Parts: sequence; C-alpha cells; structure tokens
Amino acid sequence: MRKLINAPADVVADALRGLAAAHPSLRVDPDAGIVVRADAPRTGKVGLVSGGGSGHEPLHGGFVGYGMLDAACPGEVFTSPVPDQILAATTAVDGGEGVLHIVKNYTGDVLNFRMAAELAEDEDVEVASVVVNDDVAVEDSTYTAGRRGTGATLFVEKIAGALAEEGADLAAVAAVAREVNERSRSFGVALSPCTVPAAGRPTFELGEDEIELGIGIHGEPGRERTKAMTAAEIVDAALTAIDADMPLAGGELLVLVNGMGGTPLIEQYIAYAAASSWLADHGATVVRPIVGPFVTSLEMAGVMVSVCRLTPDLTRLWDAPVETPALRWGR
Amino acid sequence: MNGEQTAAWIRRAAEVVAADADRLTRLDAAIGDGDHGLNLDRGFTAAVAALPEGAPPGKTLIAAGRAIVSKTGGASGPLYGTALRRAGKALGDAEDVDAAALGAALRAALEGVQELGQAVEGDKTMVDALTPAVAAYEAAVPGGDIAACARAAADAAEKGAEATVPMQARKGRASYLGARSVGHLDPGAASTVLILRALSDVTEGK
Repeated sequence: MRKLINAPADVVADALRGLAAAHPSLRVDPDAGIVVRADAPRTGKVGLVSGGGSGHEPLHGGFVGYGMLDAACPGEVFTSPVPDQILAATTAVDGGEGVLHIVKNYTGDVLNFRMAAELAEDEDVEVASVVVNDDVAVEDSTYTAGRRGTGATLFVEKIAGALAEEGADLAAVAAVAREVNERSRSFGVALSPCTVPAAGRPTFELGEDEIELGIGIHGEPGRERTKAMTAAEIVDAALTAIDADMPLAGGELLVLVNGMGGTPLIEQYIAYAAASSWLADHGATVVRPIVGPFVTSLEMAGVMVSVCRLTPDLTRLWDAPVETPALRWGR
Repeated sequence: MNGEQTAAWIRRAAEVVAADADRLTRLDAAIGDGDHGLNLDRGFTAAVAALPEGAPPGKTLIAAGRAIVSKTGGASGPLYGTALRRAGKALGDAEDVDAAALGAALRAALEGVQELGQAVEGDKTMVDALTPAVAAYEAAVPGGDIAACARAAADAAEKGAEATVPMQARKGRASYLGARSVGHLDPGAASTVLILRALSDVTEGK
C-alpha cells in the first residue's frame, strides 16, 4: 500500500487538521471529528448537518460554508460517525430554528443519525431528517437495505442550503431536500477498486480488462462486471440505467459527471461530452452541468453520472451564491 | 440477578467479544465492510468503563447501552446499545431481578432492535439469533432459574445463527450483494450468540 499518509490510524484527524489550516472560515475539531462554519450558530437560520464515513472528500466537510452545510461530522474511513459527534454538530449549529440532518442511505449512517436526533430532541433542538437514496444500481428495495445515497447528495446539500440561507423554516428546507432527492438519480462505474488505509488491501479485485458497473461509494462491488468499454459506452450504460428508472426526455436537467477519486479531469470531460450528446439525442436539455470529483471513493478510478430534473425554483436555488472549500460561486 | 452480577455479564461479554474480534471481523469482511469485531470491541470496552458502582441491574444496563451507542459507530452500535438500554428500562429500579423480569427485559431488547433496524426473521441479521433466544428463554421461565433460562437462550441463539448461513441478506450492507451473501454466517447473529453465552456462563457461575 503506497499512500500519502503519516499513519493509517491518523488519516481522518490529519486530513481535518489540513482542512482547518487551509480554511479559516471553518471551525474544525480534528479529534472529535466535527467541521463547523465559523459563524455558527446563525440566529434565525435553520442549521444543516451532514456526515458519514470519510473517504468521499470533498463531501461533506468541503461543503461547509455560506449557502450550503453548517456542519459536517466525518466518521472513520467508510464508517458512519457516532451519535455523540452528530449531536455536538447539531447543537453547535442550532440557531433556534431547528436543524436538518442530511443522511445518505446506509444502515449505519441512518441508525446513528436517528439516535443523534433523539438525543438532540432531549436537549430541545428540533431535528428533521432527509435520507438521500439516488443510486439506481440497487434494484429491488424490498429485498435490500434500499438504494444507496451517492452523487445526488451534492444536489440536496446545495439546494437545501440555499433555501435555508434565504431564511425558510425547517419544514420548507426539509421539503425541498426531499424534492431534490426524489427528482435525482445516479449510476456509477469503477475502473479500479480502492484501498481503505486501515485494511491495507483493495476492497475488490478487477482484472486488467474488466470494469465494475453499478458501484457504490465504499468500494463495494457493483451489480455487474464486464469487459472494459469506451467512455461513450460507459456513459451510455449509466444514462440508460437512469433513464429506465426516471425518464429523462423533456426534462431540464442538472447533470453531474463525478470523478470517483482516481480518474483525471481530462477523462471526466470525455465522459461529459458523451453525456451531453446522449442527453441531446434523447430529448433532454442540460440546463446546469457540473464536472469534477465531488463525491469520491478514495483513489477509486471511475465515474458516476448524477441527474436531477430541475424546476424553475430548484434552478434558482442551485444558482444561489455559495462559498465553501469545494463549491463557490456568485459571492 | 443483582447489579453486581449484571455488571459481571457486561464484563464477560466484553472479554469474549475482544477474544473473538478477529473472527467477527473476518465474517463481516465476507459480506459486509469488515469492521464488526473492531467496532464491537471498541463499544464493549467503553461499556465496561462506563459501568456504574453499586447500581441496580436496570441502571447498569442503561449505562452500558449508552456507552455502546456513543463509541461504536456503524450499525451495530445503535442496535446493541438500544438493546441494552431497552432491557435496562424494562428492569426499572429493582435491586434484584428474577427470571421472569429478565425475560421481559430481553423481549424489550428484541423489540428495540426490530424497531430501530426494521429487520424480521429471515433477513440474515442478529434478529435471527435473538428472536429464538428470547422465545427459548421465555419457554424455560416456568420452573427455571435465570441460569437455566439463559442457557436455553444461548443454545437457541446458536442454532438461529447457524440458520443464517443459507439465507440471502435483506438488510444492511450485505443486502447489496444479493445472492452472493448466501453461504456466510451473519456476523451480527454470531456476536449475539457470544453475548448471550456470556450471560449464561456468568449466571451459572462459570
């Protein structure tokens, strides 16, 4: 295992120390695992808290700041945060209007956030929760833990964060977060596995000419292994799977072509070119494109395509000013 | 069972979880994310550190459960922590509890786990060990002391855990594997056996 780390046990805390040093706009507690906007709590504003295992950077700590999250609680690599950590983040950002928890649909994340919400209510902080489950690769939700939360988490955090910044109440912020999730779908493809530092070996093996379709963001295997394909064929597989679940024709779309961590930007743009022409051929209009590594899986090579069917209101909220380490415009 | 014996159960559970942590982690690596033993060891170590001095059984279990929820992470922390907290609440403030009261507490623990995790029997989870264990415990209550009931529970948990091998997982990260989860022992069911065996051994004076 060759990694740019000091020690496997210190990966998360060391990374948080770097985040703190690079971004004075954040208040970071590297040992407790909490990243908070320096100006929190903001009186009269709904607080937004997200979190989950580390290894998906810039998600979530890189999305803390004006117009997006108020706090993030990163757990160990690919392990959910614990309730005390989530509770500390929640009380730190409560400005009296309540707090929204944005949770990716993994059993550990869902359970730990639920315990934290109960503890927060014991301290008279009102908490609402939205669970993100946009991954169409997990097919039958009756016989699984349900669809995983992946790329659409970026859309939910940005748009709900914008509405909270406008002063909307907790019910409205939770409602828009759910609306974005319901209108979003994702599908990911891996060209290589990744290695969790504490484990020291890859999460799965891929042959030289193999790729894994329908992956999650924890290096878990996907729904199908195939021979290597061109970028256009990979994007076709992803968008065909999404389109089968949520028809895209006629839609005005927000489209994310997301690098998984180990794929260079030049290849992400090759994938975006394919996505752009696929969508034009299928009668959909891309009104807001975004390309880059936003929801990653350590050094996994690959790409995830995420799509949200926008409404005029959602487009306005996507365009609203944002200023975080990883996403900034309009301010 | 008094408060001191209850604390002894938690200490014994922590010992057996630590001793078997590698096996639990290997079971989890096959169908999950390979951290069950590490997480549970961290949680039960915290539970032992949080055991209150001279508290009744109920308060002892609540303190242990609270520590497990706080320190474990993953799905197992909330599930085992909730199980112990619910059991503790069911025992109330009694200084000494009999077999029937402990049976009601185990039933409350099972209900707490199912409420939180939404799993039913056959989903290939800890519920597949805990459900038959509670039923066997309750069946042994008429005429049985705590040690006899706990032994029946641990034996039934072991059978229930073995029965998870051919199951296809419908909950947790193993469910993403679909048919590939068949043929593996569920790590949560395996750790449930350890914890109930610890209760059985401690109450039998082993």
